[in-house]
Amino acid sequence: MTPSVRLQEMIRVIRSARTQGEERGIIQRECADIRAQFRQGDNGERSHSLAKLLYVHMLGYPAHFGQMECVRLIASPRYSEKRIGYLGAMMLLDEKQDASLLITNSIKNDLSHSSQYVQSLALCTLACMGSAEMCRDLAPEIERLLRASNSYIKKKATLCAVHIIKKVPELAELFTPSARTLLSEKNHGVLHGAVVLITELCKRNPDTLDQFRKAVPELVQIMKGLVTSSYSPEHNVAGISDPFLQVRILRLLRILGHNNDTASDAMNDLLAQVATNTDSSKTAGSAVLYETVLTIMDINSESGLRVLAVNILGRFLLNNDRNIRYISMTSLQKIVQTDHNAVQRHRGTIVDCLKDQDTSVKRRALELSLALVSAVNIRSMMKELLIFLSFCPPELRSQTASGIFNAAERYSPSKRWHIDTILHVLTTAGGDVRDETVPNLIQLITTASELHCYTVHKLYRALVKDIAQQSLVQVACWCIGEYGDLLLKGECEEIEPMQVTEDDVLDALETVLQSHMSSPATRGFALTATMKLSTRITDNVDRIRSIVSIYGSCIDLELQQRAVEYNALFKKYDHMRAAVLERMPVMDKNLPGHTNGDTPGEIKEPDTSKPKPVEAGLLSEPASQVCDLLDLLGGTDTPLQPSPAPTSTPTTTSSADLLDLLGGLEPTPELTIPPAPFDLFVLKDKHCCVYVHVVPTVSVYEKNGLSLKIQCDKQTETEVTVSLIASNSTQNDITNFTLQAAVPKSVQLQMKAPSGNVIPAHGLGQVTQTVLLNNPNKASLPCFRFMRIRVSYSNQGAMHQDTVLIDSFPSTACQPSISPL
Amino acid sequence: MMHFLLLFSRQGKLRLQKWFLPLPERERKKIVKDMTTMVLSRKPRTCNFLHWKDLKIVYKRYASLYFCCALENKDNELLALEILHRYVELLDKYFGNVCELDIIFNFEKAYFILDEFLMGGEIQETSKQSIAKSVEASDMLQETMEEYMSKPAF
Repeated sequence: MTPSVRLQEMIRVIRSARTQGEERGIIQRECADIRAQFRQGDNGERSHSLAKLLYVHMLGYPAHFGQMECVRLIASPRYSEKRIGYLGAMMLLDEKQDASLLITNSIKNDLSHSSQYVQSLALCTLACMGSAEMCRDLAPEIERLLRASNSYIKKKATLCAVHIIKKVPELAELFTPSARTLLSEKNHGVLHGAVVLITELCKRNPDTLDQFRKAVPELVQIMKGLVTSSYSPEHNVAGISDPFLQVRILRLLRILGHNNDTASDAMNDLLAQVATNTDSSKTAGSAVLYETVLTIMDINSESGLRVLAVNILGRFLLNNDRNIRYISMTSLQKIVQTDHNAVQRHRGTIVDCLKDQDTSVKRRALELSLALVSAVNIRSMMKELLIFLSFCPPELRSQTASGIFNAAERYSPSKRWHIDTILHVLTTAGGDVRDETVPNLIQLITTASELHCYTVHKLYRALVKDIAQQSLVQVACWCIGEYGDLLLKGECEEIEPMQVTEDDVLDALETVLQSHMSSPATRGFALTATMKLSTRITDNVDRIRSIVSIYGSCIDLELQQRAVEYNALFKKYDHMRAAVLERMPVMDKNLPGHTNGDTPGEIKEPDTSKPKPVEAGLLSEPASQVCDLLDLLGGTDTPLQPSPAPTSTPTTTSSADLLDLLGGLEPTPELTIPPAPFDLFVLKDKHCCVYVHVVPTVSVYEKNGLSLKIQCDKQTETEVTVSLIASNSTQNDITNFTLQAAVPKSVQLQMKAPSGNVIPAHGLGQVTQTVLLNNPNKASLPCFRFMRIRVSYSNQGAMHQDTVLIDSFPSTACQPSISPL
Repeated sequence: MMHFLLLFSRQGKLRLQKWFLPLPERERKKIVKDMTTMVLSRKPRTCNFLHWKDLKIVYKRYASLYFCCALENKDNELLALEILHRYVELLDKYFGNVCELDIIFNFEKAYFILDEFLMGGEIQETSKQSIAKSVEASDMLQETMEEYMSKPAF
């Protein structure tokens, strides 16, 4: 190889520059030279100058003046000039430049050049930067090359066709016939390209997908050939014959077998064979196994195969190679909802991965661990998660904290455990928890009335130790204010006795008030707590009065207002003080969310005798946030008919629970929040329209006091979700209420767990059950309209059974209607 | 499909960039900066996969060069490691014990080899020998031209 002397000389000079300024100077000189060269026209030096320009471009300097030169060089008859010209085109031109159109003609000519290497240059450039117009112009040429050329050109033409289809999807039909025949090629390069092309065609068009399903046996044959073939030096990588092609074929099989029983059946044997015979000691084998597992999980495979796949992932988890551990956790994450029990078996290993050095691995392990928490393993899992929280990297802390809260909310074995867990999180990572934690915890504490003494003692001790964590301090202040009398009593069954005097308590609160670490909200909490204590302690009321009056002249407006009001309470309204500051009633979790955007953590008025509206629990957080946002915009999205199904965790399949844990759940009918009361400032705006979603319910059955209504929640082309709502207007409760449903064969039915099986009398309550109807073959919709329901229940000791035929669903789901205010 | 392939040194100097998607110049520069920062800040014994926007980034260090590529969600990361390795093997075969300097001074040849291996973000040939043969033949074609013109190519 003759060295490219002058280019290399320039590179050497540039690299020897000692400063950035020196380098810039050299580059400027060289660019001036290059420009002069370009102006001189054809003298055999042009390709040389362009190469130098490309180097300069890679260093980050502007090189647009070389674009036209690329066009000229591409048109040159000399191969060396074409080669560098095309390279320049790929680096400097892209479809957004006008100059790129100018090379279309050259490419067209070169595609029919006698030398295959020139053809290959043209194909490569087209596949790299071809714009939609260029693709449209040249598509027939490419199609011709696909059919009639040698394998060297065929493989390039195939990938070029893939690019064309991506740019101009309408041209897909042009390439479909040739794609099928390419599968019978022997050359691996062409075969690989063909598989990529077919994958792309199937992605674009479901009819083509159906068509190519017929190719499954052929693909299975090819795969079998690769897996069982003897050593072939040309394609062998670490004992695997052409892993690149194998992975690609597996990916295509995945697409073809998805949601199709016949295709899936045809590949079962092959997948089992690949899964058992592939040697995974090196990356190549692991790559093939990984793809196999993904394919098995995505098609309708038999359960034995699925178990095999999960076991492979379990084996990966124990692998020394970090990459493979990471991969297996990513895959387990995808299947944890569908194959929950199988993944549970590997829980120990997953929890161990929490201690890995690598943050990416830690993150995956955290997500998986949170998904695997269940009522059975909550205590041990929580222990691990809390340990993890103390040592985890800062970017994962808030995710861990919210995950722990969700899990505790869902599965806590006892209230005391729940409170302990939350306190633990607040002490370790109080700074990273969400704002709603404080009111949620407060609400939880009020409901656990037997634990008030224990809680307030624990919080007091935590407060005394450290006042840096704002959420913890806020909760502690609130509790001390509320239950200060219990604190001062000194004895508590579940905790070591500690003598706390009134001065101690007031000292603690004053420290919080005066500390520069306390946020204004925290100081508000502390001030109110101090005030509340005035009715709960006997000796130091004067001290409280003086504290409160000091803050009457505080700079912070919030504190000043409160202090002034409290002062007034002391002076003018002393007779009311006891009543105003008495113990608050237990807050009900199911209250409608507050709508005017207040963070419920701030206690606005000292009007503590009214129950504080608290945003309904953690579960409905995403929903209530949605409500708040929509309210600010002046609309609401909740169905007008509130199905008063309990807002506590529905006893649906564990899959729904896990979706909640991962925080991705949108309000389902079972978790409906009753429509938030419209706020005044929304009503005042006369020009504001309210979008009201009307969801019609149709009554389908009325007999003996039991009525059944059907409500269509969601309707897509292949799926309908309906809710069946049962209510009871008799004098007695209806028990053992169950619904069974039957649908035509082409429809798949999935019934979620009902909200309960007792319907209270006098219409006091309802039972809701959601039913999912899926018609994957997209047969005509009237198919959906037939459903037979059998109702069975007990009333006053007698068993009743009845059948209902539903032949029409309320077809309009969620029809928006605009009503101006 | 691979979105881009970058080679850069430990100091963050770009040695090769191949883009399989049309992106404006400014965005390319930004991506290069992001990648170099992200990859260079990784500790030695961590896994080779990262998440960036909606892409999977796979990187591998070979001596003083980092090979970094971006994949779509459906792509197989372990296979991407094999792809990077295959490219390094091709360079090694061509240059004979390749080192960073070879790639610096002969960058256009590195591109030519890459263009025989990948196209449009996908693999075009899975056989090492086949690629080596085509690159050799193209070089021969170029040299014949040079002999004819009795001048060096570049």
